[in-house]
Amino acid sequence: MSRIVVPLVLVAMVLFASAPLVVANAPFEQTMGLVQKIFYYHVPSAMLMFVSALLCGIASAVYLFRGSAAADRVAVAAGELVVLFGIIVLITGPLWARKAWGVWWEWDARLTSSLLLWMIFLAYLLVRRFGGPGSEKLAGAMALFGMANVPFVHVSVNYWRTLHPKTSVVMTLAPGMRGAFWFCAAAFAILYVLLLTLRKRLEDKRAVVEQLYLAVED
Amino acid sequence: MTQFLRVAWVVMRKDLTVEMRSREIVYTTVFFATSCVLVFAFALVREGRPLEDASAGILWISIAFAGTLGLGRTFERERHTETLRALMLAPSDRPAIYVGKLLGVLVLMAIVEAVLVPMVGLLFHAPIFARPHWLAALLAAGTLGFASVGTLFAAMLVRARSRDVLLPVLLYPITIPVIIAGVRGTAAIFQATPDEPMTRFWVALLVFFDVVFVTLSLWTFEPLMTE
Repeated sequence: MSRIVVPLVLVAMVLFASAPLVVANAPFEQTMGLVQKIFYYHVPSAMLMFVSALLCGIASAVYLFRGSAAADRVAVAAGELVVLFGIIVLITGPLWARKAWGVWWEWDARLTSSLLLWMIFLAYLLVRRFGGPGSEKLAGAMALFGMANVPFVHVSVNYWRTLHPKTSVVMTLAPGMRGAFWFCAAAFAILYVLLLTLRKRLEDKRAVVEQLYLAVED
Repeated sequence: MTQFLRVAWVVMRKDLTVEMRSREIVYTTVFFATSCVLVFAFALVREGRPLEDASAGILWISIAFAGTLGLGRTFERERHTETLRALMLAPSDRPAIYVGKLLGVLVLMAIVEAVLVPMVGLLFHAPIFARPHWLAALLAAGTLGFASVGTLFAAMLVRARSRDVLLPVLLYPITIPVIIAGVRGTAAIFQATPDEPMTRFWVALLVFFDVVFVTLSLWTFEPLMTE
């Protein structure tokens, strides 16, 4: 495992160091100008947030039904990353919205559903942290229910309001922008894999230490 | 199957019998819900006139708050008397116990709603008799959705620390679709010209939510309640 980590760190460092240049060289969007560049950080984070939520939900289901402790450790790592990338999304989103819509926050469908997803996983972490012994299962159920909840949140909030640019915008980008976008998406994806691996490893080590403690006590 | 339903029925009857003897949960929850509506009335009624369109929201917020309280109390009783373990040791299907508990919670919430709805109608001038069958459908489907997730979480939280805080922390983000659907659907029939297709859409969403979450709860109750 550690063999992948070092090259990944290097690649991520190079990518993130050159990302500002790539983004700066991408063509300016006609109506928004400079603010549109937030997009290169906002959208990849949002994508990874949803991927991470899915991963956390699936890992939790595996943990609940198969009792696999390793799956639970993946779930913790993924759950924390949902919250982390969610913070990036929820900070960059309003920055853009202030310029594009004139307000920091708008009760738009996609904003609201991202916020709710973020809250579900924040609750997941709260249960893990403060639920006391045996709260892993409870948290697992929360992640599973949270994942099942995504379509409902999406539909209900969509009917409630919609303002956000459609996600299909990614596929119809101008060629110059497309390159920069996928560059940033790759950088974020590598960062994500890196963080997930490291976090999972920390959790693995923690489990080993716990085992050793128990062995010493016996 | 008949065995399953019998167990569920027995568990529900046990809960209701215990409740009938003390009436603790019904009285406190109804009183809590009433004071909730009053708090809203003091916040939102200006110069004797209620805010327009506020009634649907107030109704559903009060249901959610009172429901959380009722759920917490129902399982607190089991914890206090150490009877949840006994219930789990009973030689029967775990999902049947869940269904029994859920039915008990539903009866309790129905009683609370029977008080809440006329009260909101009275204090906020809501036309509760405009489309009574749609209102009943919304309340039934919404309550089932809320209670199905709530019963599962409350049952799991019995063993957890700081369970009183964690129940709403877990329950509210998950049941947001129920609240949106309930409020929007109710608002659609409370407006001057009731919008039935809109309400139908929200009821359909709620029914779909119920099916998914009751199934998920039945499916996860067994692994979750195993120590």
